[in-house]
Amino acid sequence: MTTIPDVTRPAGEELDGRPGSDGQSPDLAPEEDALVHTPGPLPGASRPKTLARLALPPVVLGGALMGLWYLISYVLLEPHRRFLLQPPHQVAEVGFLDWDNYSRILKALWNSTQVALIGLGIAITIGLILATMMSQAKMVERAVFPFAVTLQAIPILAIVPLIGFWWGYGTTARVIVCIIISLFPIIMNTLFGLQSAERGMHDLFTLHHANRLTRLRKLMFPCALPAVFAGLRISAGLSVIGAIVGDFFFGKGEAGIGQLLRRYANLLDGEQLLTAVIMSSALGVVVFWTFGWIQKLVIGKWHETEVLG
Amino acid sequence: MVAVEIGNRRHSRCKGETDLVTTASMNGALSFEGIGMTFPDGTEALREITLSISKGEFVTIVGPSGCGKSTLLRIASGLLEPTAGSVEVDRDSLGYVFQDATLLPWRTVRQNVELFSELHGFGSDERRSLSTAAIELVGLTGFEDHYPKSLSGGMRMRTSLARTLTLKPPVFLFDEPFGAVDEITREHLNEETQRLFQSEGFAGLFITHSIGEAVFMSTKVYVMSARPGRIVAGFDVPFDYPRKPGLRFDPEFALLSGEVSLALRGSSS
Repeated sequence: MTTIPDVTRPAGEELDGRPGSDGQSPDLAPEEDALVHTPGPLPGASRPKTLARLALPPVVLGGALMGLWYLISYVLLEPHRRFLLQPPHQVAEVGFLDWDNYSRILKALWNSTQVALIGLGIAITIGLILATMMSQAKMVERAVFPFAVTLQAIPILAIVPLIGFWWGYGTTARVIVCIIISLFPIIMNTLFGLQSAERGMHDLFTLHHANRLTRLRKLMFPCALPAVFAGLRISAGLSVIGAIVGDFFFGKGEAGIGQLLRRYANLLDGEQLLTAVIMSSALGVVVFWTFGWIQKLVIGKWHETEVLG
Repeated sequence: MVAVEIGNRRHSRCKGETDLVTTASMNGALSFEGIGMTFPDGTEALREITLSISKGEFVTIVGPSGCGKSTLLRIASGLLEPTAGSVEVDRDSLGYVFQDATLLPWRTVRQNVELFSELHGFGSDERRSLSTAAIELVGLTGFEDHYPKSLSGGMRMRTSLARTLTLKPPVFLFDEPFGAVDEITREHLNEETQRLFQSEGFAGLFITHSIGEAVFMSTKVYVMSARPGRIVAGFDVPFDYPRKPGLRFDPEFALLSGEVSLALRGSSS
């Protein structure tokens, strides 16, 4: 403090020059700064280690569960009750390795996938339009909001009979179940996303006289994308559930995985029942991952996307 | 003893302050005339603000947090209507740099810098040449394709500055833009802002609560009181441009900073 008056101007300049030369200041040496921030080399170098770290725990747990499964099948269950949980290799043999059985499950799964995707597609369209309207007019938001929440609160099983009653027991009814179950997260996430642009960003557009459409297109939509994708991933999973639940109750038209689940359960066919369950879960996971992957593709460059899984 | 001396000088400056207020009636690039702002909840943010900034002037307002400094800029830009008084400024060519860089995260540096010319409907060639020039001015050449998430705080602020520079605004409002960056980066950005002020020749109105920053860059420093914000003192800053970084260690600089500090203390107690 007391030395300050003694420092002459050139000395001050020297003082100022120092931090830059040893790279303390990010702004004096932007190139060095960029190296620190470029996402390239660092994560790449540590990748194998990370992969092992990521893969090992679930593999170990999977092995343990498999052991538990065998334990239950062979030790806990007496032979005449073993049909309740056949050992893994038996399930694999009957469910996965017998092509007649497996292809039937795959076909049913494909039918359900189509239903889920159509339902999801319609839900996305309706959801995006509704959320956009809600973001543009407070009145619409106030009007729609309670109904959207109600829609979400209805237990799907409670209205499935009604849907069958109104739309028959075929594909249309199945698709409608998917729409109802997957609509809410899309509306809510999109609306949240559209409203998430900071005031400062809106101020920028206001200052430069942007009209409503420009603001929506260049600010609100891009800003909403991360939330929209989060909603999509939830809804995609829900839509698969919707397709299976719908199919479980509606028997008309081509059978989906729900019909097979019901049939195998009635036949006490544990191997195929388990195969169908595993395949339905796999479908849910694949759909969830696919949307995560699309998300990464679309917004990964600028948005911190969390690691999948 | 030193304090008394500073106190005396402060009084002499305060006489200067009345001169400054009278210049407000002259036609500046930006003039506030008796601005008052009372929010609907009854909070009185500003009272009787009259000041004028001409081309070639860089005016800084220092004041305690929450004294209504930012409100004054929002009024200047038209984002907020004052409840009393009037503002005279050409709003179509107003540059306004916010406290946050407010970059759009889905746009690269270049796309962010081109935002305003895009909103004003410029053609793509013109946008490109404007953004190239502005990016060069703030020293971000080579970072055009980076997204904001991979930039440091200082670089984000530079991008924000470049974005505003594309419009070549004759009046430049700065709302405490360097408050969130570290000390060293802030000093560099102060030097660059001062350089831009020299090369672009705008009239600047800068808001901050850092006295060092205010004295270093400005031609005039005003002190605003705690809420309701009023201008309670004004100081001419006599140092020539371009100002060297070492000026910060000059006794004259310290003395003037001390005076501003005293005025600020007096206003907030």
